[in-house]
Amino acid sequence: MDLSAINPLLFVAGFLVAATPLIFAAIGELVVEKSGVLNLGVEGMMITGAICGFATAVETGSPLLGFAAAAVGGAVLSLLFAFLTQVALANQVASGLSLTLFGLGLSALIGQSYVGIKPPRLGDIDFGPLADIPVIGPILFTHDIILYLGIALVAGVWAVLKFTRAGLILRAVGESHDAAHALGYKVKRIRTAAILFGGACAGLGGAYISLIRVPQWTEGMTAGIGWIALALVVFASWKPWRALLGAYLFGGITQLQLNLQGAGVAIPVEYLAMSPYIITIIVLVVLSADKSAAPASLGRTFHASN
Amino acid sequence: MTDKLLDLSGLTKAYPGVVANDDVSLRIAPGEVHALLGENGAGKSTLVKMIYGLVKPDAGQMQMRGENFAPTDPHAARQAGVGMVFQHFSLFDALSVAENIALGMENPPRMRELSQQIRDVSDTYGLPLAPDRIVGDLSAGERQRVEIIRCLLQDPKLLIMDEPTSVLTPQEVEILFKTLRKLSAEGTAILYISHKLEEIRSLCDSATILRLGKVVGHCTPRETSARDMAEMMVGSALKTPTRDSKEPGEVTLTLNKLSARSAHAFGMPLREISVEVRRGEVLGIGGVAGNGQDELLNALSGETLVGAGMIAFDGRDIGLLGPTARRALGVLTAPEERLGHAAVPDMSLTENAMLTGAAREGLERGGMLDWGKARSFAEKIIKTFDVRTPGPGNAARSLSGGNLQKFVIGREVLQRPELLVVNQPTWGVDASAAAAIRQALLDLASGGTAVIVISQDLDELMEISDNFAALNEGRLSSTRPAQGLTVEEIGLMMGGAHGMEVAHV
Repeated sequence: MDLSAINPLLFVAGFLVAATPLIFAAIGELVVEKSGVLNLGVEGMMITGAICGFATAVETGSPLLGFAAAAVGGAVLSLLFAFLTQVALANQVASGLSLTLFGLGLSALIGQSYVGIKPPRLGDIDFGPLADIPVIGPILFTHDIILYLGIALVAGVWAVLKFTRAGLILRAVGESHDAAHALGYKVKRIRTAAILFGGACAGLGGAYISLIRVPQWTEGMTAGIGWIALALVVFASWKPWRALLGAYLFGGITQLQLNLQGAGVAIPVEYLAMSPYIITIIVLVVLSADKSAAPASLGRTFHASN
Repeated sequence: MTDKLLDLSGLTKAYPGVVANDDVSLRIAPGEVHALLGENGAGKSTLVKMIYGLVKPDAGQMQMRGENFAPTDPHAARQAGVGMVFQHFSLFDALSVAENIALGMENPPRMRELSQQIRDVSDTYGLPLAPDRIVGDLSAGERQRVEIIRCLLQDPKLLIMDEPTSVLTPQEVEILFKTLRKLSAEGTAILYISHKLEEIRSLCDSATILRLGKVVGHCTPRETSARDMAEMMVGSALKTPTRDSKEPGEVTLTLNKLSARSAHAFGMPLREISVEVRRGEVLGIGGVAGNGQDELLNALSGETLVGAGMIAFDGRDIGLLGPTARRALGVLTAPEERLGHAAVPDMSLTENAMLTGAAREGLERGGMLDWGKARSFAEKIIKTFDVRTPGPGNAARSLSGGNLQKFVIGREVLQRPELLVVNQPTWGVDASAAAAIRQALLDLASGGTAVIVISQDLDELMEISDNFAALNEGRLSSTRPAQGLTVEEIGLMMGGAHGMEVAHV
C-alpha cells in the first residue's frame, strides 16, 4: 500500500468533477420537489441526457452542442412525466419509476452504435495567471465551463427561491396547491415548468458523466447517481447549499475510494465501491434532523374540482 | 336602491348531476352588509366562487358599478376590487405572514415596505399581526386576520366572507364585527356567508336565502326571527331535540392530568387535562378549532397512548390500552373527519361497520369474518338512523356528508357504548339530520351512557350538554353546568379575545 501515490491536488480537482453530475441532478429535482412534485425518474432522465449529449457531441463535434442536446433530451423525457402526472393525473411514484425504466431502455437503444467511441473533448476555461496560483490554481481554475455552471446554478436556484416572487409562488404551490389555486395561480402550469427544468438539469448531469467524467458511452453508466440525487434532496432538507455540500461529500468519497483502490489498500474493492453511498447517506441522515422542511403538498395529485 | 355596486342576474351553474346555482339574482349597494344564507349544498360557495373568478357561470350576467363584469380568474376579480376571505383558509403553513399576504396581492411592494403596510393596517383595524411569523404557528383567529389584512391591503370595494366566525371565540367575533362595521361605514360592501343566524341578525342589512341552488326569499335580518330564517333555509318546520331530565349516575371516566403530544407538526399538545364524567351525563367541550380537540379525541380513543394513571375508566387504568381493547370495554369514539378517519372512503358500508363493530357486535370469530352478521348490522344502522343509500354494499365515499355522518354516529350508538366520545357530530350536516343526531346522543345519555361531545358549535353544545368545559391551547377549563351559562362566560372560558382589540379609529 502506497498512500503517497495519491496526489492531493489532483484528488480535490477530481472530486469537484465527480460531484458535478450529482449537483445538476439534485438541484433540478430540488426545484421539482419544491413545487410539490416527486419525480422518481431522475435516473432515467440522466441516462437519456447522457446518450443525447454524447451522440450529438460525436455527430457535430461540438461538446457544447452536446450539452444543449442533453438538456433538451432530459426535458423532453420529463415532459412525458408532466403529461402523465399533471394532465392524466397518474400516480407520481409509479410514473417516475416507469420513467427511469423507460429512460434506461431508450438510452440503450439510441446508444447501440456509440459504444467504444471517444467523444470530442470540452476544453478547460483559460483563467490565465489565476491557474498558476499554487494549490488553489490547479484545484479551482482548471475546469470546463459546465462545472462552474453547476455551481452558479445552485446559487441561482437559492437566490430565486429566497428572494424573488417567482420563487415564492413556486414554494407556495408546493406548500398547498389548493390555496394557491384559490388565489388564482396556475398550479399545473407552474409544476410543468418545474418538471421541465428538473429534466433539463438531470440531462445536463447525465451528459457530464458521458462527455467529461468518463468520457465514453456504456449502457447504464449513470450507475445510480440519479437515486443518490433523490436521496440528497431529501436529506438536504430541500436546501440548495446543503445539497451542494452533500454532492461534494459524495464526490469526495467516490474519488477517495478510487484513489485508495489505485494505491492497493487491503480492503476488498466491493467495500470501497459501496462506501460513497453508505457514508453520504449516513451523514445526511444525521444532518437532516428537521423533517418539517418538506413541501406539504409533495407527491399529492392536484385536481381542481371546479 | 338606485346606486348599486354589484348586480347579478340569472346566474346559472350546473355540474354533472346537480344544478348548483339556478337563475340566481342578487344586488349589493356600496357599504351594504348582505348575508347569503343557506344550508350546505345550497349553492352559496358556488355563487361566491363565480364572483371571485374561480368558477365560470354557464349563463347569466354580472355587473360591477354598471359595467359588465366577467372575471376569468381571481387576479381579474381582485383588480376589479373584489376581496375574499375563505372558509378553509387559503394560507400556506410553512410561509411567513408577509409572504402569505404577498401571494394574495396583484403587485406586492418589496418585503420591507409590505411589512410596514401590514403593521399600519393591522394597527388601524385593531388586528395585531407580526409580519415575519410563520403562519403554521398562528391560532385560527390570527390566521383569519392574515386573510382579512390581505384583502384590506388591496382596498376592496366588495369583501366576500365565507363562514368567517366558525373558528372564533365570541369575543373575537365581536371584534371582527366592529372591523366589518367600520369597513361598511367607509363604503366597502360585504357579502357575508354564514349559517349562524343570530350573527346575521346583528350584523347584516339584508339577506338572500338560497335553497337547492335557487333564491327562495329575501328578508331584513333585523326584523326576522332566527327561527323563521332557519325554516326558510330548510323549507320545513324544525324539530328541537328533547330529553328527560335525570340524575346523573356514578363517575365512570376520570382524566387525571392528561398530557399528550400531538402527532402533527402544527398540532396542539394536551396539557394536564383533569375532568370527571358520570353515567348519563352529556359533557360538552367547546373551543376554537386547533386547540387540542383532535388530540383529545385521539387520547380517549387510544390512537395516542398516554402515560399510566392519566385515564381511568370504571376504576381501571386504560391509558396504555389500544383502540380495540378500549372498544371491548365500551369506550367508543367518532372522530371529526368522516372520510379517511371515521370511515374508509372506498370500502362498503358493511366493511366500515365491521371495522369498528367487530369486537362488540361479534362480527368475527377466531379471525374469520362473519359477513352475514356484519351486513345485518350495517342494515340496522341504515334503518335506525335513516341513512339515505341504496344499500350496505355502497362505498362510504358515495354518501353525502350528512348521510355518512348519520352512519358513523349510528354505528357507534348501536354498539351500546358505556362511554361515547364524538368530535363535531353535526359538522356540515343539514339541520334536520343534525337534529336527529343530537336526539340520538340524548337518548343514549338517558339510557345511562356517558357522552362527551366535542364541538365548535356553541348553540349545539348549549342545546344538549349537562355540563360545559372549553379547550384553549390544549388546556381544559373547569367544568360548569351548561344551564345558565352566558355567551360572555363561555367566550372567556374559550380564551377570551386572544389579545385582539377593538378598532382604533
